[in-house]
Amino acid sequence: MSVQGRPGGIPPGLNRFQSWLGKRPLLQLGVLAGLVAGALFLGYNLIANMDRVGITPGFGFLWRPANFEIGETLIAYSAQSSFGRAILAGALNTALVSITGCILATLIGVALGLARISANPVVAGMARIYVETIRNTPLLLQLFFWSATVQTFPPIRRAFEPLPGLLFSNRGLFLPSLGFNDGSWALATVVVTIVLLAAWVFLRLSMKNRPRERRRAGFLFLLAAGAGLAVVVALGGFSVGWPQHKGFNVTGGLAATPEFAALLFGLAVNSSAGIAEIVRSGIEAVPKGQIEAARALGLRQGQIMRLVILPQALRIMIPLFTSSYLSLTKNSSLAVAIGYPDLVSIVNTTANQTGQALEAIMIMIGIYLTINLTVSLVMNQYHSRQSGTVRG
Amino acid sequence: MVGISVKERFFGSWRNTIVTVLFALLAALIILPLVNWALIEATWTGTAQSCGDRTGACWAFIAEKYRFMFFGLYPQQAQWQAFVATGLIALPMIVTAMPRFWHSRLVVLWLLSIGLAVALMSGLFIGTPVPTQQWGGFPLTLLLAVVGFAGAFPLGVLLALGRRSQMGIFRVLSIAFIELMRGVPIIAVLYVATLLFPLMLPAGASLDKLLRVQVALILFVSAYIAEIVRAGLQAVPPGQYEAAQSLGLSTVKILRLVVLPQAFRAVIPAFVTLGIGIFLDTTLVIVIGLFDFLNTARVATTDANWLGFYAEAYTVTGLVYFLLAYTASRYSLWLEAHLRPVAAEPSKQNMAAIRFPAGEKGAIVMRVSRESVERPA
Repeated sequence: MSVQGRPGGIPPGLNRFQSWLGKRPLLQLGVLAGLVAGALFLGYNLIANMDRVGITPGFGFLWRPANFEIGETLIAYSAQSSFGRAILAGALNTALVSITGCILATLIGVALGLARISANPVVAGMARIYVETIRNTPLLLQLFFWSATVQTFPPIRRAFEPLPGLLFSNRGLFLPSLGFNDGSWALATVVVTIVLLAAWVFLRLSMKNRPRERRRAGFLFLLAAGAGLAVVVALGGFSVGWPQHKGFNVTGGLAATPEFAALLFGLAVNSSAGIAEIVRSGIEAVPKGQIEAARALGLRQGQIMRLVILPQALRIMIPLFTSSYLSLTKNSSLAVAIGYPDLVSIVNTTANQTGQALEAIMIMIGIYLTINLTVSLVMNQYHSRQSGTVRG
Repeated sequence: MVGISVKERFFGSWRNTIVTVLFALLAALIILPLVNWALIEATWTGTAQSCGDRTGACWAFIAEKYRFMFFGLYPQQAQWQAFVATGLIALPMIVTAMPRFWHSRLVVLWLLSIGLAVALMSGLFIGTPVPTQQWGGFPLTLLLAVVGFAGAFPLGVLLALGRRSQMGIFRVLSIAFIELMRGVPIIAVLYVATLLFPLMLPAGASLDKLLRVQVALILFVSAYIAEIVRAGLQAVPPGQYEAAQSLGLSTVKILRLVVLPQAFRAVIPAFVTLGIGIFLDTTLVIVIGLFDFLNTARVATTDANWLGFYAEAYTVTGLVYFLLAYTASRYSLWLEAHLRPVAAEPSKQNMAAIRFPAGEKGAIVMRVSRESVERPA
């Protein structure tokens, strides 16, 4: 096997395919033929076995009624809904816990990473104990721990309420929700006008002496913020929904089931330890001379962080953050062990009920692969733009 | 931050003082109840009844259940075998951890030691076979992790070489396999091994479940090893290949004597980190119903006589995982520091100087490992 990089151009006397194939074409084709033959053999057995128990291969089962309940869904679902809808509900649950988990993990992780490099030994020491404990114990053990913790919460009638509107009970967590009312476009227009005016004034006053690119970036940022705000206001502004006791139940507000709460918290805490290490190593990777130089220029501590350390540290941190998020998403598959109906758990149920293990698992692998490959592709683009080189 | 006195670090400014006091209070709030639970209020001997009378930890539960937690359903009278097997699985790992034993003969030790451990576990030496369904607890976790890593290693190296190869089919196959494995959660691979693969065998044939899971784990891990080895290969300067080629070494010799040793050396800490990850992730076999070390702890808490001592079981199990993983991560740091000077400055005795063109002034001097020159090419 040759190991050096590919030379450019096609050697004379070979066509494109031969050049692509390289040395030892017979061996390569032989290995490929062996693999294909193995796959055909397994596939043939699979079809024969499925045929024996009366299952037709194919995706037709996706439209049949699922006949099982799902504890919590983001879309309307009942036992009469189809298997396809059940899998979609599972995928959305995976997405929900992954996205909220990433946000929560980032918040905790960044705070911890900064605590890790604190000059105060008590703060740095406590952050270190947290990080080492989390990183050196199995995630599943942590999930069992959170799951057991949630179950020790008091029943709903005696729910623990540390802050008004925040309820802990063994039936789940309840938070106030932000809802949107029917809105008035007039209000939105007013807000947009004010934001644009403010942006213009701000740019004229504060960024006069900044380079052109920064000014444009600042303007775009303000514009985006204004547009976002306008959309919210156009939808009618906020209305806050408060969770309220109604006998044995709680209505209003946002409700998180115990399983969701345990999974979300477990994943976020687990990833936050990794993120803390990324933040710490990213900041420590910035050469000391940079900070000393910035200090010599008379920059304040906050400015040094914002203008000197973060831009350099972020360049190292962002690809690592992405792989952290990807592994959090993959780790969310552990939901199946603590009873949260995520994609894997519903695919498992589907495979068991229909016997169409191949199709169900193919769907699951397809969804995870799509997410992962898309993110890697975007990250490779980002990476090659950052460093000006393409990864081999 | 350098040059600040210890006192200043704690109480440098009034703001820092407040932070120190607040965090010390927080630490006390966590640690004191923990100590109270684990030591002061704990019950060390007795039955579940005597535990119920006190508010602290019930270590009597652990004293009662430790055999089950460590060996699972493995037959009681044969547990010494599982115990010896645990040592046999750990032995090659510990030997390999010491740089002075790094030699190709290690492969023999690995094969012998693991083979003997598996034979012991399956009860070959006492005549009564122990089916793999009864394997469990710590030996199973260690077996899955160690064999998962060791078995994946050669495959991972091949995949990494394949990914950089000029042979089109091998390259495409390697990339496809690596990206597929790295793109899916380990549970998906375990499901394929337990739900799907049995359906793919000819009617009547079957393959042991533990074996299927172990192979699935090896395949999964090999993709991650391949990516680490690839990073190592990228760290070897191209001049090394060219120099070795100009010496007339065969491709296999170039890899074995020049390229791979340097590539491995560059990424050893990454291997240790991956190993820790695999060790912790073997717990996922719970999902497909194997009785690994975490699952035996979980099952121990469901005994009707000793119901619900989750905290105690998980504390002990977590502590075992923590101690092993933490030791390994410390070892990784030590190894990194230990290897650094060697990597920067190879010892002159082991190197031979080669001049191009021979004897001329201003020739390029190249140092290569003496072994590679003195062997007949």
